Amino acid sequence: MEVIVKNISKSYDKKKVLALSDISFEVNSGELFGLIGPDGAGKTSLFRILATLLLPDEGSASLHGFDVVKSYKQIRKLLGYMPGKFSLYQDLTIEENLDFFATLFNTTIKENYDLIKDIYVQIEPFKNRRAGQLSGGMKQKLALCCALIHRPTILLLDEPTTGVDAVSRKEFWEMLKNLKKQGITILVSTPYMDEAMLCERIALIQNGSIMSIDTPQGIIDKYPYPLFAARADNMGKLLKDLRSSSLISSCNTFGDYHHICFVNDTYAKDIPDLKQDMIQLGNQNIEIKPIEPTIEDCFIQLMQK
Amino acid sequence: MRQLLAYIKKEFYHVFRDSKTLILLFGMPIVQILLFGFALTNEIKNSELIICDYSNNKTSEKLIEKFRANNNFLLKEVIYDDHDYNQIFRESKVKLIITLPENFEGDLIHQGKSTVLLTADASDPNTSNTLVVYATNILYDFQKEMSNNVILIPYTIDTSIRMMYNPELKGAYNFVPGVMSLVLLLVCVLMTSVSIVREKELGTMEILLVSPTNPLIIIISKAIPYFLLSIVNLTVILLLSTYLLDMPINGSLFLLYLASSILILTALALGLLISNVTNSQEAAMLISLMGMLMPTILFTGFMFPIENMPLPLQIVSNIVPSRWYFIIVKDVVIKGLGFASIWKEMLVLMGMAIFLLALSLKKFKTRLE
Repeated sequence: MEVIVKNISKSYDKKKVLALSDISFEVNSGELFGLIGPDGAGKTSLFRILATLLLPDEGSASLHGFDVVKSYKQIRKLLGYMPGKFSLYQDLTIEENLDFFATLFNTTIKENYDLIKDIYVQIEPFKNRRAGQLSGGMKQKLALCCALIHRPTILLLDEPTTGVDAVSRKEFWEMLKNLKKQGITILVSTPYMDEAMLCERIALIQNGSIMSIDTPQGIIDKYPYPLFAARADNMGKLLKDLRSSSLISSCNTFGDYHHICFVNDTYAKDIPDLKQDMIQLGNQNIEIKPIEPTIEDCFIQLMQK
Repeated sequence: MRQLLAYIKKEFYHVFRDSKTLILLFGMPIVQILLFGFALTNEIKNSELIICDYSNNKTSEKLIEKFRANNNFLLKEVIYDDHDYNQIFRESKVKLIITLPENFEGDLIHQGKSTVLLTADASDPNTSNTLVVYATNILYDFQKEMSNNVILIPYTIDTSIRMMYNPELKGAYNFVPGVMSLVLLLVCVLMTSVSIVREKELGTMEILLVSPTNPLIIIISKAIPYFLLSIVNLTVILLLSTYLLDMPINGSLFLLYLASSILILTALALGLLISNVTNSQEAAMLISLMGMLMPTILFTGFMFPIENMPLPLQIVSNIVPSRWYFIIVKDVVIKGLGFASIWKEMLVLMGMAIFLLALSLKKFKTRLE
């Protein structure tokens, strides 16, 4: 086990604000592990504890066999850490930043160039530009390069794709897949549910506790009810009517559709009844179809439990 | 070692790429030296003067000529008839009126003495005192010149006054060492504290901590660039005060730089300490500027003599590093004294530097909390 987290709790402000409560999970060597949860779920606190920046109130954690409290010096040698906030020197150029962080870890850009090559070539044309003047996507690439330059065995990426455009996000995940091939264990956190599918295993985290840990498919398979999507001309009215229907147990909006679950599992009979009810209430062009749940459905279902 | 160099290089990039830092670093000392050197002195120059000459003859003419030639005074008018002094003070800006009696020449030649009336506007006691002293000196000079022509010398006791080290009583001699202490201390404390706190604010400290760097290297790498810059600063101040304010450096330049290095070190350590206990640039700036400025100005001794303060304040003044540095600079620069006379002050500064450095190293957090 490359990363072991055992019963970690953390609170701030003299125990007034609980950030993490009793968190436990394990990450295998060479795994791409995702921590999925909304803002304020405790992702950053957990990453900072793993990065030896914060001390847990209770519990223990180890990276590559080193305890985060006792052996923090060893961990700092083998860890690549990319904080959620862009944390490079804005007044230094791309090359100066990279060179500085390489020297910090007693290495050179040349020595580990092959590891960052794929990412670095994309920003190399701008290597004399100051980091503060880069676009969000380029900043993230530079930050990743800086976190990788010393060939870490474990990579901690705290919300690397927040505030980055869709194309850059996709590119970023491609890069992570390539890094995984090099045998680096990667822990990544994200508030975007759609990115969960790109991880090997994920942990869904909410209000400081983990709700579920599994492969993305495993989490979807565990979804307890058949799920349907419904739409009509007036979606606002449909949502209100669906929520007041006695046949429906839950109804949430996802893009163009409302995702609904039925109270009973006699839905073969319930669907026509529901349609009838909706038409009577004045909804037009109603469409109801069975669908596969997404991670977000699972997240909401687990949250409401 | 390679890490340390990388850190130092990075720190210099920060300084030279930020015009605000540069202005603060080099502009503040220059402005302060010029301000204190020229504007804020307690010397009095060109004070307006009126002489009432009731005798109006060769001797009085000679005396008036002496006042005209002196640049402490600006002879505004010579009045030959009776006037109400109150009215003169009220209507003009004069601070001093000198009255020469009708038989000034006769008394001086025949009786060997005469009385001159000095009327001063004492609403500002310090100024009036100074002016009276200036005028008395001129009169005394005049009296000596006159008595050289007389063969018979009456029994008089001369007080011969010698103003050692600063015969012209120049304000710069007092202010330059004071400003040097003030500027070096403030700039160093401010720069170092802000530069570390900035790393905290930007989040770069997070990455620096999660690297195998020894905290000692982070601290030293912050101190070295600002140490070098402060030495440059010191040189600028010395050049300005030598060539612009005509303040000679009588003592050893090496000794002065050595003592200054110790003060800079103390200031850097103080800055590091402040940065360790604050979390925002504003707070660091507030503590280093407001928190340091008042005590430094009050307790260095160049504005208000420490000997005149009540005992508790005198004791408090001992913890202000610039107080000790001020003594060193005055001894070395103005009196030209050597190491033997300032080793105690240097030792005190050294002790402060070591204590503060040790404390800030101990306080340096290897984590975020």
